[in-house]
Amino acid sequence: MSESTLSTSARPAPFTVGPRARRLVILVGLALIWESYARWLGNSLLLPSFLETLVALWENLRNGELPERVRASLGILLTGYGIGIGLAAIITALAALSRWGESLLGLLTAMFNPLPAIALLPVALLWFGVGASSLVFVIVHSVLWPLALACHAGFRAVPPTLRMAGRNIGLTGPSYVVGLLIPAALPSILSGLRLGWAFAWRTLIAAEMVFGASAREGGLGWFIFVNRSQLETANVFAGLLTVILIGLAVESLVFATLNRLTVQRWGQEA
Amino acid sequence: MGRLPPQNQPAAGDGPPPLAVEHVTLRYQTDAGTVTAVEDVSFTIDAGERLALLGPSGCGKSTLLRAVAGFLKTSSGEIRLHGAPVRAPGPDRMVVFQEFDQLLPWRTVAGNIAFALRRARGLGRAESFERARDWAGRVGLGGFADAYPHTLSGGMKQRCAIARAFAVQPAILLMDEPFAALDALSRRRMQDELLALCEETGATCLFVTHAIDEALHVGTRVLVMTPHPGRIGAEYAVPDAARQRGTPDFGRLEMEIQQRIFGAALPEAKTAASLPARTDAHHRVEVTHNV
Repeated sequence: MSESTLSTSARPAPFTVGPRARRLVILVGLALIWESYARWLGNSLLLPSFLETLVALWENLRNGELPERVRASLGILLTGYGIGIGLAAIITALAALSRWGESLLGLLTAMFNPLPAIALLPVALLWFGVGASSLVFVIVHSVLWPLALACHAGFRAVPPTLRMAGRNIGLTGPSYVVGLLIPAALPSILSGLRLGWAFAWRTLIAAEMVFGASAREGGLGWFIFVNRSQLETANVFAGLLTVILIGLAVESLVFATLNRLTVQRWGQEA
Repeated sequence: MGRLPPQNQPAAGDGPPPLAVEHVTLRYQTDAGTVTAVEDVSFTIDAGERLALLGPSGCGKSTLLRAVAGFLKTSSGEIRLHGAPVRAPGPDRMVVFQEFDQLLPWRTVAGNIAFALRRARGLGRAESFERARDWAGRVGLGGFADAYPHTLSGGMKQRCAIARAFAVQPAILLMDEPFAALDALSRRRMQDELLALCEETGATCLFVTHAIDEALHVGTRVLVMTPHPGRIGAEYAVPDAARQRGTPDFGRLEMEIQQRIFGAALPEAKTAASLPARTDAHHRVEVTHNV
């Protein structure tokens, strides 16, 4: 937005392009590089060309294989993400309201945040067996700690005057958290949600590849894994492309919109 | 427009005063040990009175205001609001802070005022917004009722905070150097407008300031605090005749308070009357601290 106002106020330059156009040009450039390198390599077992990948993507979309895999993955992802957000909300609310809660959060995040979710897979398998529950468990782990940390940092950064103004008009306990702390910390919370989403996605794909082999309802990771073992490299790339496209869509549709409607409008953007 | 509900403004001489500060001492811990910010301070404010608490930075006047607001516990002594001891913050003592970030950034001007009305007065959405718009207009923000705080100037933010405090119709308004971060011209104008609002609504006020002229202009009574630890040094009643800048009564009282604060009149004190008192006071306070 600021860019467009800048370019209209400045004298019109002959080759000014907006940020969208710039991104599109870069994407097309990357696709061209990919295509030409793959053609030069001439080995579609190692690296299928961009067009071959698109064809494989289209095939798998049409025969219902990919949509089914995406549905399975997204179902597990959203479940884990939702539970992770809920737990993060509870633990940061505790931390905001009491010193014990704050120490608990500090200690737990210090202990578990550096622990890779994949390292918990063996434990998850022991506890929940092979299946969706184990995947949800590791996703919750990968979302919970970074999100709780971001929320807590956001709460702590709320200016003391604003806190006092909130308590002055009678906000206490839950109404203080919901009516003051959460909106005031929203920039940090949003970036925590973004981070959590990316972590959850990565963890899911990786986890599916590790033990998707015996899961009947495999997701995208399973799709990539199976196609690699069958040397269907174009399908592998189609799977990877799907992961990227979903990530881009969520980023630009969900998070960018949330950002524009809230922190940007309120002048709170960090 | 809603008037104050009866319990918030009893007639003068009827029951306990809106605010009674009784032998209050405030201490806090630092790494260096215990610091006494305020020691054995007592005063009362009657209904409709505007008490200006005047003193240099560090004299404990803001700390005292925060204790009255309920953000700090007294180490000894009692603060009573209409006779009931103060235990926690509440909308019966609306505070206007010095800092500009006292408004909720995610609510518009009207939204900020309306939210306070909903929380503090339990009003419905429609009614709170109607009153909020009315109050925004009364502080000159009629055209900015739907603007978010980050689009406003510092003076406009303070106007909004003042409107929010008045709209709630508290038992007492607490003002913590609300104009200290404004430029000199805006400050003068806001002082006049605040005075007009106070006189119109008959609001009871505790106004903390470090500027003598501001204390005289806004307050009906001035308490001078001395630092280390904060104590009440002197008390002055400000007659209506002495409220206007440039009048002989104003000048006389200003000079008297200056001499009280800075001890035996310095030779410059004679010329100081014609100078802006604020810069003069700032300068001198620093000097005395350094000595």
